[in-house]
Amino acid sequence: MTTTTTSETPVSTRDRAPRGPGRAGLPAPVPGLASALVWGAGQLINRQAGKAAFFFACFAGTIVWEIATGNYYAGMDFTARANGGFFIRGLWGLITLGTRPREMTLTGLTEGDNSIVLMANGLIALLTLALLAILWGWSVRDAVRYRRALNAGGAAEASRTYFRRLWEGAFAYIVLSPGMVLLVFMAVLPVLFGILVAFTNYNRDNLPPKNLVDWVGLDNFATIFAVPSWTATFAGILGWTLVWAVLATVTTYAAGLFQAVLLASPKVKFPRMWRSVFLLPWAVPAIVSALVFRSMFNGQFGPVSQWLVDLGVTDERVYWFTDPSHPNLARAVALLVNLWLGFPFFMALVGGVLANIPESYYEAARIDGAGPVQQFRHITLPIVQRTVMPLLVLSFVHNFNNFGVIYFLTEGGPDNVDYRFAGSTDLLVTWLFKLTLDNRLYNIGAVMSLVVFVIVGAVSVLNLNRTKAIREL
Amino acid sequence: MAAPMRARDRATSALLHLQLLAVAVVVVFPLLWVVGSSFGPGGGLANAGPIPANATFDNYVELFTRTDYGRWYLNSLYVAVLNMVGSVVLSALCGWVFARIRFRGRKASMLAILVLQMFPSFLTAIAVYMLFLNFGLLDSLTGLALVSIAAALPYNTWLMKGYTDNLPASLDEAAALDGAGRLTIFRKIVLPLMRPMLTFVAITSFTVPWMDFILPRLLLQSSDKQTVAIGLFQLITDQYANDFTTFAAGAVVLAVPITILYIVLQRHLVTGAMAGAEKG
Repeated sequence: MTTTTTSETPVSTRDRAPRGPGRAGLPAPVPGLASALVWGAGQLINRQAGKAAFFFACFAGTIVWEIATGNYYAGMDFTARANGGFFIRGLWGLITLGTRPREMTLTGLTEGDNSIVLMANGLIALLTLALLAILWGWSVRDAVRYRRALNAGGAAEASRTYFRRLWEGAFAYIVLSPGMVLLVFMAVLPVLFGILVAFTNYNRDNLPPKNLVDWVGLDNFATIFAVPSWTATFAGILGWTLVWAVLATVTTYAAGLFQAVLLASPKVKFPRMWRSVFLLPWAVPAIVSALVFRSMFNGQFGPVSQWLVDLGVTDERVYWFTDPSHPNLARAVALLVNLWLGFPFFMALVGGVLANIPESYYEAARIDGAGPVQQFRHITLPIVQRTVMPLLVLSFVHNFNNFGVIYFLTEGGPDNVDYRFAGSTDLLVTWLFKLTLDNRLYNIGAVMSLVVFVIVGAVSVLNLNRTKAIREL
Repeated sequence: MAAPMRARDRATSALLHLQLLAVAVVVVFPLLWVVGSSFGPGGGLANAGPIPANATFDNYVELFTRTDYGRWYLNSLYVAVLNMVGSVVLSALCGWVFARIRFRGRKASMLAILVLQMFPSFLTAIAVYMLFLNFGLLDSLTGLALVSIAAALPYNTWLMKGYTDNLPASLDEAAALDGAGRLTIFRKIVLPLMRPMLTFVAITSFTVPWMDFILPRLLLQSSDKQTVAIGLFQLITDQYANDFTTFAAGAVVLAVPITILYIVLQRHLVTGAMAGAEKG
């Protein structure tokens, strides 16, 4: 019997690179160190020319980019501001936010440093550097790991095979890249930028390029939480936003539930027709409905005030949204309008759930002598609650941030003299909108954004932990 | 015993239908009011009423001649089409990749998308405004469309991923065995199966730009770039040109197609919304 000896490390002859002397036994960290200093050097030591070329190209590209966008020349007195390129000047700009504002000199208006542009460019430079750092780490790790595999007697792998392997694995990344690039530039970058603005003094008194914007650390937070007029405004608006969110969610849910139960009754004739009619407030664009209601409740010309006077309920026209002495009028009307707009959604939802409850449950209950109220309390309600609960939380978050209903209906009014730039029906988001667009207090607005994000984020995370989504991850 | 039962049944039925009728009146009246005003005599709120004395199209004519409504409509249409195409393509591709391909960083990316979804898009809009303001990128309809696509991308990707998860992978595998490349599998097998959910994404991403107020208000400046929502808001709030009846005509023109679309596709849309909510 012949024994076949199989080599311990099967080597594919196609990929085998010729082993040269002096390579075997090189300690693993050496190529790593080489790659750390000059990208691709380690790969070169490992005899992988293609990979070496790739990493070195990235390395060289970075340096060339920096020099090309900068102002480097021999014998210069190096300052980041005057000579730095994309990366160095970018980082400088992010840290200092500019040192020289636009000035009128003897020769005319100087260019000046635009703090915000510097900050944004700096942010982009920082993120790019982070990406390059990842590339750097990759080249070092790759060099070390490959050397270690070679020392253990593994096969040598030609660069071409490596890249082909990479292509297969990178397919996902390539297809995802348009979406991801769009997200990074249109969502992630602005958000980071917004967070940074919260720590500056960028507002209408400090508009670049005439003025420089500075980092002020936590001063803006101190303003909101320490200066009495701001704290009162913040606390008041936060309180109303919470009350609004709770009441809005509860009323729309209750009304929708009630209506769905009624519609599900077998006594109803033409249920589909009624359902379609009741869906109208949901189908009509909210902006249209809100503006219509705004006109209907207009104090000077609106029909509602007119009818109340005609019917003799009030002596003179009621100013629903503009009367500072009766802020609760506006709040009540806002809740009612939101009820009109919101109940169809819950009605449709609950209706769907009700349709799926087996009739046998109700029959069994009837046989046991349960009346309609008992059937509702012990069968209908628990089943509906279970399905609808996550949507109730979503609805709470949606109402918390319900810019449209409030802004179109009342524009946050009536005005409140105790509040800074806000009215009695303003939610955090509408106040934020006014701060940013109308009053150009970008820094305070940014702080508000963070606060809203923290609150909403906390609620969303708590809700998320209860859903299937996180478990499926 | 049957007679008293029937009387009580009849009373309950009458009460029931009375309630339904009352709610229907409350629901329909404001809509009737605005439609009626649009056909009535022009000249502002004082002349508005649900049943016009002499129905005329004057307000509609005025809408297109005296205001820039036509321009606004075209702008909104442009943004809506761009938004629809971009959202459908990107969410289909990204959703498919997340659902079918196991790649490094998949779990981290999915978590990131979940987190991004939670961040109220309103706050992103404010930040985008500040960024664009300083780079002179404001006042661009294409920019508005791109930001809209990006704002809805996490949610849409999540929807498509969830839907694709439920599609049987056996068809993909069979095609792969037959030698089909990945993109071919996507184009010929997965995409047709995704169609119901893609329709939902297409409908929502087409209708939203018509009704969106915050993003256009922040990102657009010149008067010939405004969208319909902004224009309508201006008609109501402009102190010097306050003309309710023209607004009514504009509101009807905007609302009727969208309302019909939503009513016709109601089941579809509610299921889609539920699917999204259920999954996170």
